[in-house]
Amino acid sequence: MNEKVLLHFQDTSADLTDIEQYLGEGGYEATRKALTEYEPDGLVNLVKESNLRGRGGAGFPTGLKWSFVPKDTGKPVYLLCNADESEPGTFKDREIIEHDPHQLLEGIIIAAYAIRCEIAYIYIRGEMALGYKVLVKAIADARNKGFLGKNVFGTQLSIDIHVHRGAGAYICGEETGLIESLEGKRAYPRIKPPFPAVYGVFGCPTIVNNVETLACVKHIIERGSDWFKSIGPEGGPGPKLYCVSGHVRKPGVYEAPMGTPLRDLIDRYAGGMLPGRTLKAVIPGGSSVPILRAEETAINMDFDSVAKAGSMLGSAGIIVMDNTTCMVRALRTITHFYHHESCGQCTPCREGTGWLEKLLIRIDSGVGTDEDLKVLDSVAQGMMGTTICVLADAAAMPVRSFLAKFADEFEAHVRGEDCRADAVHRRVA
Amino acid sequence: MPSITINDVTIEVPDGTNVIQAAEMSGQEIAHYCYHPGLSVAGNCRMCLVEIKALSSKQPNGLPKLQIGCNTIVQDGMVIESENEKVRDARRGVLEFLLINHPIDCPICDQAGECKLQEYYIDYGGHDSRFELKSKTEKHKAVAIGPGVMLDQERCILCTRCVRFLEEVTETHELTIHERGDHSELSLAHGKSVDNPYAANIVDICPVGALTSREFRFEARVWYLQSTPSVCTGCSTGCNIEVHSRAGSIYRVKPRSNFEVNDYWMCDYGRAIFSDNGRADRLLSSLSRESGGFVNARFEDAALRSARALQSEPGPIAVVASADLSLEEGFLLGEIAEQLGGGLKIITSPASSEFCDDGFLISEDRHPNRQGLLALGYVEARRLHKSVNRLLVARDNPAAGEESWDAYLESAGATIVISDNFDETTAYADHVIAVGSHFESDGTFMNGKGRVQRFAKAVDAPTGAVEGWRALGYVLGALGGTRYESAEEVFTALAARHLGLSGIGYDALGNDGVQSGVSAQWAGASVPLDAAALDR
Ligand SMILES: Cc1cc2nc3c(=O)[nH]c(=O)nc-3n(C[C@H](O)[C@H](O)[C@H](O)COP(=O)(O)O)c2cc1C
Ligand code: SF4
Ligand code: SF4
Ligand code: SF4
Ligand code: FES
Repeated sequence: MNEKVLLHFQDTSADLTDIEQYLGEGGYEATRKALTEYEPDGLVNLVKESNLRGRGGAGFPTGLKWSFVPKDTGKPVYLLCNADESEPGTFKDREIIEHDPHQLLEGIIIAAYAIRCEIAYIYIRGEMALGYKVLVKAIADARNKGFLGKNVFGTQLSIDIHVHRGAGAYICGEETGLIESLEGKRAYPRIKPPFPAVYGVFGCPTIVNNVETLACVKHIIERGSDWFKSIGPEGGPGPKLYCVSGHVRKPGVYEAPMGTPLRDLIDRYAGGMLPGRTLKAVIPGGSSVPILRAEETAINMDFDSVAKAGSMLGSAGIIVMDNTTCMVRALRTITHFYHHESCGQCTPCREGTGWLEKLLIRIDSGVGTDEDLKVLDSVAQGMMGTTICVLADAAAMPVRSFLAKFADEFEAHVRGEDCRADAVHRRVA
Repeated sequence: MPSITINDVTIEVPDGTNVIQAAEMSGQEIAHYCYHPGLSVAGNCRMCLVEIKALSSKQPNGLPKLQIGCNTIVQDGMVIESENEKVRDARRGVLEFLLINHPIDCPICDQAGECKLQEYYIDYGGHDSRFELKSKTEKHKAVAIGPGVMLDQERCILCTRCVRFLEEVTETHELTIHERGDHSELSLAHGKSVDNPYAANIVDICPVGALTSREFRFEARVWYLQSTPSVCTGCSTGCNIEVHSRAGSIYRVKPRSNFEVNDYWMCDYGRAIFSDNGRADRLLSSLSRESGGFVNARFEDAALRSARALQSEPGPIAVVASADLSLEEGFLLGEIAEQLGGGLKIITSPASSEFCDDGFLISEDRHPNRQGLLALGYVEARRLHKSVNRLLVARDNPAAGEESWDAYLESAGATIVISDNFDETTAYADHVIAVGSHFESDGTFMNGKGRVQRFAKAVDAPTGAVEGWRALGYVLGALGGTRYESAEEVFTALAARHLGLSGIGYDALGNDGVQSGVSAQWAGASVPLDAAALDR
């Protein structure tokens, strides 16, 4: 397999959470180079040239996002590192934070310099207690070395990082929900416009980037944009972390080039299906994206290829389901999550997520009707594209795709037939 | 000024106008719940979705997703559709979502008849429920969240208008939303109660029946209520109001928007004043003194006798008034005094009170027309410095004031009292002319900033009482002065003579009133004068 970049800690005996050992591996050279050899705009251009696309879910081009920060507004600019990682099936950022936090700090310092920001925040999911401790220590160590604080690396620049812990709501990962939460308010996503790049945290220009995105930045500076572009498809390249979970032998986070075939990730990286089971379906990008049937999984895992297959790369949370899975039960579980996590601001999302779950409980309990299936699809349809943030779409897309792709199973449930997956389950168990 | 097209109507609107406002300017309505022009934009109800067919003249492309009108600022050349099938479908969807957990208890809901859920259901919904009734989310009903306001959490559509009002207008932050998703509920912030001087405004802006007035609860069906434009008499701000009445009784008062005065709001004190209208000590007949006691008199008789009494007494005359008189009443009293040879006209109402100017609406001067009376030549004095023989006391109760008036009242040869209720001063009167309250008459006030504003008669005065202008006009006529046929005639005369507003009637005052030129002149005149300086 390829050299690991983001998960370099797996290839070295060094403890990369220890700053001395990290420095021993060439740590902070990329940052020194960025701050002493580049102008901020040069860095923005370099990242643009690398074609780095955001790893938080939407795949927005990072360099382009940075270029939206207005100059000379007289207001401070903020960089927020989104470490809220709450999308079901997603657990990659945690790996970076817990094992190689300094590569993230480097990415943050470089990005901060590029957008002329002096204060950056890492908004970390509240449950990640270890990650929080690791980051606090890493920041203190970096500050002691003069990499953070005033006159970083002997320059005139001041850059500092604060860590802020969330309190357990999925919606805090949505960038404007995150901003509100960081300001000490309820995480109600904001209506846009204005966009955060113009009016973000504390009313100031703000860039929000995912942990993995920022970690990539460090490596782009270190190895160049051509190197980055050489990994996977040129339009959205780079090393990529894939979170494989579900009915595979070795669930876990795997680093592989962008565009690695999905079947490779399941069969080679994650060790294949559990003994005696066959692949039934895969959700390729975290619970929010449309599901793929087994026969649709011969695809490459990059933004454009997955989109072409009718789903999304999203957070690269690959949820693998085998033939013991009841699709009605699986969808009910997913829908329960969105019902629980909707912030409740927008009418369609607040009321729709609850309605979806109530319908699925009925269908799953064997008292659903044909009409319920129709209503389910139409409720989901009515939630899409009508709300402040895309959580409503994230709740609706799985519903619509499960219904479209596993219609027979849903119909069998409302006809009161025994759940076929249960039967398989009994046989294999 | 950007020119835009909404549903084929092209109109120019000011920069910075949003699509809901622009539609309104073009005579169309875009359905909405959470947007309120006096509050920040929340964009949460999603009812105002519209289709942008063209963004601007520079970007003639449309947008694939529907946009919310409240948060879309128009640009020149923008083309908007707000009633096409796609939009109507989305709106029907939003309405269905709003209703699935709604209790639909319209039969016992005060809001019925002025509820935006009902209205838009007729316009866009019309659907049968696809939701199982028994799985509705249950929340608390009839929660008293303050002395004046009742909350029904199930009816709340979580538009946050009330929350924003309490954050942005009063900055008192009593309400907030607890929980998430469809468990979200409007609740009191920890340890708070909605008890601020402007609390009842949240009842007005709640688009549904979630917030109701504890005073008005279950009192009337709103479709039976008649609305009359008026002006609050609670202080010199003169908030514009609507008086809602039925069959001669007033049921509630609501603010009427006037951007020169009160925007969309009013205070709770002003809102409660109407209840005085039904007080037990109202005068139900004019009174004349006969052999030591009062007998009921028709107002014409009381007015004639008053005129005679005033004519037959020699000596100085004083008009003693409160700053609650309308301009019309103040003017007619002055004319009466002139007819009798002229005299002193004083306002005894103190300009200060236990209230303070709160920097928003409430002003320290608890009277609606001090500036107006000053413009008519009245002066401020708490007492007389020597006895006068003829006293005309109007809507004032000097006998109950801090200064001692007993001697003046006892020594006067003729004391005429014009009042709407019995009080300490009526007891000294030779004749009492029973008049209606300002809710029972047409008239005008000049507020503290010199704005002349009109109020219209909302209900009839009790049988036996008449409008103040009519009663005083009768007295004036009996003394040989001009006979005025209507309050408006009186106004036209006084406006020309005293306010520098020639040839205008009530229509010219419009809904928002007219700023008079005299404000500057009288702005500093509220310093109480010592009546001794007024010896004539
Ligand atoms: C409901 C919701 C939850 C989200 N959660 C996360 C998250 O946990 N972590 C994350 O990086 N992005 C999350 N996002 C995406 C962010 O809004 C944002 O697009 C992202 O952080 C941008 O970073 P990137 O450009 O580096 O991808 C979420 C979005 C939505 C709508
Ligand atoms: S879509 Fe849902 S989660 Fe997003 S802001 Fe609206 S209610 Fe909140
Ligand atoms: S109580 Fe009324 S105004 Fe307040 S959030 Fe609910 S519906 Fe809106
Ligand atoms: S502020 Fe004054 S005028 Fe306005 S409602 Fe209150 S009392 Fe009436
Ligand atoms: S009025 Fe626009 S979203 Fe509510």
